[in-house]
Amino acid sequence: MVDCVFRVGGEGGEGVISTGELLTLALARAGFEIYTFRTYPAEIKGGHANYQVRAADKLLLSQGAAVDVLMAFNEEAYQKHYKDVRPGGVILYDSDSYTPAEDVHGVIYYGVPLTSMATEKIGIKLTKNIISLGVLAALFEVPIEKFEGLLRDRFRKKGEAVILKNLEALRLGVEYVKTIHKRDSIRMGSGPRTVKELVLSGNESLALGAIASGCRIYAGYPITPATDIMEFLAKELPKVGGYVIQTEDEISAVGVVLGASFAGTKAMTATSGPGFSLMTEMIGLAVAAEIPAVIVDVQRVGPSTGMPTKTEQGDLYLAVYGGHGSCPRIVMALNNVEDCFYGIQRAFNLAEEFQMPVIVLSDQYLGHRKATVPPPDLSKVQIIERRKPSAEELKNYKRYKITPDFVSPLSMPGMEGGGYVAEGLEHDEVGYPAASDHENHLRLTQKRYGKFVAVERISNEMARIHGEEHPEIGIIGWGSSEGVIREAVQMAQAKGYSVGALHPKIIYPLPLARMRDFINGAKAVIIPELNYTGQFATLLRKRFTRDFVQLNKSIGLPFTPKEIFDKIEEVAENVKSNRQPDPARV
Amino acid sequence: MSNPTVSLTPQEYKTEEHPIWCPGCGDFGVLSALYNSLSALKIHPKDLVVVSGIGCSGRTPGFVKSYGFHSVHGRVLPVALGIKAANPKLTVIGVGGDGDGFAIGGGHLPHAARRNPDITYIIMDNSIYGLTKGQYSPTSPIGFQAGSTPYGNIEQPLNPLALTIAYGATFVAQGYSSKPKELTQLINRAIEHQGFGFLNAISPCITFNNTYKVLSARLKEVPADHDVTNRVKAFELALQTDAVSLGVLYQTRKPTFEEGMHQVIQKAQAASPPRLDEIFSEFS
Repeated sequence: MVDCVFRVGGEGGEGVISTGELLTLALARAGFEIYTFRTYPAEIKGGHANYQVRAADKLLLSQGAAVDVLMAFNEEAYQKHYKDVRPGGVILYDSDSYTPAEDVHGVIYYGVPLTSMATEKIGIKLTKNIISLGVLAALFEVPIEKFEGLLRDRFRKKGEAVILKNLEALRLGVEYVKTIHKRDSIRMGSGPRTVKELVLSGNESLALGAIASGCRIYAGYPITPATDIMEFLAKELPKVGGYVIQTEDEISAVGVVLGASFAGTKAMTATSGPGFSLMTEMIGLAVAAEIPAVIVDVQRVGPSTGMPTKTEQGDLYLAVYGGHGSCPRIVMALNNVEDCFYGIQRAFNLAEEFQMPVIVLSDQYLGHRKATVPPPDLSKVQIIERRKPSAEELKNYKRYKITPDFVSPLSMPGMEGGGYVAEGLEHDEVGYPAASDHENHLRLTQKRYGKFVAVERISNEMARIHGEEHPEIGIIGWGSSEGVIREAVQMAQAKGYSVGALHPKIIYPLPLARMRDFINGAKAVIIPELNYTGQFATLLRKRFTRDFVQLNKSIGLPFTPKEIFDKIEEVAENVKSNRQPDPARV
Repeated sequence: MSNPTVSLTPQEYKTEEHPIWCPGCGDFGVLSALYNSLSALKIHPKDLVVVSGIGCSGRTPGFVKSYGFHSVHGRVLPVALGIKAANPKLTVIGVGGDGDGFAIGGGHLPHAARRNPDITYIIMDNSIYGLTKGQYSPTSPIGFQAGSTPYGNIEQPLNPLALTIAYGATFVAQGYSSKPKELTQLINRAIEHQGFGFLNAISPCITFNNTYKVLSARLKEVPADHDVTNRVKAFELALQTDAVSLGVLYQTRKPTFEEGMHQVIQKAQAASPPRLDEIFSEFS
């Protein structure tokens, strides 16, 4: 079994990230499943940068725990990361930059004069990155032709001379390994996958999914960590006849989305916490006027500007409750890179079907990590369109007609007889303002919430359980923690614990039927989430009288499987000894 | 490609919804001029969208036989841009007040002007917040006494015409609600203008800021020999302090937002076939 975590660290702006990306793609092309993890500084130039990729011959659910191979380009990288390397693991370092004391017990050290090889033999300092890839390939026996093909593809546009320089640097690394006496036992070889998979970040996968859903207008304002969705779509949307508008602020972005959707074009915006806060008023408008809209929030650490490049699940309250008045909207949370592609399609379908805003929560951890994804199956993509008025309905058109399922026929400009006013004032079924009609307000509020009956059914269908269906120790997580939780469940099951994890995809409205069944059968239920107070746990307490065990982490980093496993063990011991579960932490 | 036209009388653009404005409100004059324009330009109600924000002007979409979008305070222009970008064939008319357009929504105006979408933006400027019963607005004069300025306004008013010319608007005009014939002409020209057509329609608030008398002495038509393509002269007219200019101050033809969009799409499609699986292949 192959399962190896590589980490590359060095000075920001010196090619650390592209080295990591090339290694990732080569490992993917070599047939491995991959899972990357990036933490990076807020500075653009300088500062420490690192890139981690886990490669294995099996489905990967998390970023992994200890590091197997560290490539340290300088002292800072060594000092920051050497403690994470497991016994038996390898530390490679640029011996021209810094030579460590080689004193970590059980870790194997190899010094490589990367900088001098690059400057003296190639004549370009930055080729040290490519040399390091040659070293990694040869030392751990990753098929070198994967790297060669990759370099040819990567530098094709720069011409043959540049390709040859890079291939020369790669070979220099390979040759150097012949002078090394290999003392470790790490060997990669080729992975089991034969289909050429895509290597996508969560944000890229989401953007591709949006195009496949029929999204043709994107409006947004630059904000970390969501900006790359806009940049991706700015390049790709025009190819299919769509367009990206970079607006003057996030209020304008959601305004453009509502205008475009009103006019009959599927539209989306993506942002992060600060921008999402600005959008709340117009989300209310989308609810009142019943306009389909997809709003993506790639969460980062708040409050206020917070920690822009770090991950958190802290916007759930805002997503579910943000806005004034009784304001129903659908909130989805994306689980993994592949789910970003199909999940965003569900979001568009839900928005169109139920004519309301759908808020899609991703986060920095998911948005910026890359994974191997099977090429999307476009025949699996079922596109749902909004309900249009029939010729009969257009004769006496009522835009907000109360129907048995509370979804009204929605006309669009250009349709004869379909004229109406998309109205933010409380209105009657025709759309005429009815700001003083008390009974009408109740009827229309009931109409808007009435759509939730069908949405909740879908929410129940979409929820997934990993591990036991009716465990003693239950876990209910949300969003990007799914893989990590799933791995922790596997660890706990291997140790004989009765454990299972319920993971909803639509987190509002909650999949109540599935949850009730799951919670009632469990002796204890753990709610792990990446925020300080337990926002999801609070949402559940509103519906269930149950003393949930919270597991909160709020340091801007994702969970590790071990952290969740440890909590399972602790709770299982408490259950066994009949102790009360830990009270909620905050 | 032009839309199908239709012959309707101004009356036939009225809906069953009746304006809730105070008798004597300038907005009646603007609305009636708008009906006249729509009739004169033979615009089909099915291809017309009237977008508004909040304020007395905000109710306008409900009074016009068309599609309408009554959005939230200050956000007329983003919504109008989204509609136009989604379907460039539509005639999109944004309406707002001086508070909606220059205070809470003031951040959108420069960007609408420089993007130059082919939409019309009519401000019903009464220099007061009428719907909240009389507070000073961004166009109220210094010394103006109202609900929130009982000791007199200390803030300098902004100049809508000078600002929009500076922002790069390609059509800038000013009209007056009590001059219906001239106002109709200006709305016609604003709608027919290819690009962002900005029309400041002075529209007195009879209840909280009755300026009918004061205004009549200060109104001055833009000189017949004014060259509308001369931006410097347009600024001079906009900045004059002894009179209120009525007419078209500035007009030029620049590529519209939709024309730019179309070009980008053609460029992207020329380089790469419009197929999703082709896009996928970039990521393996």
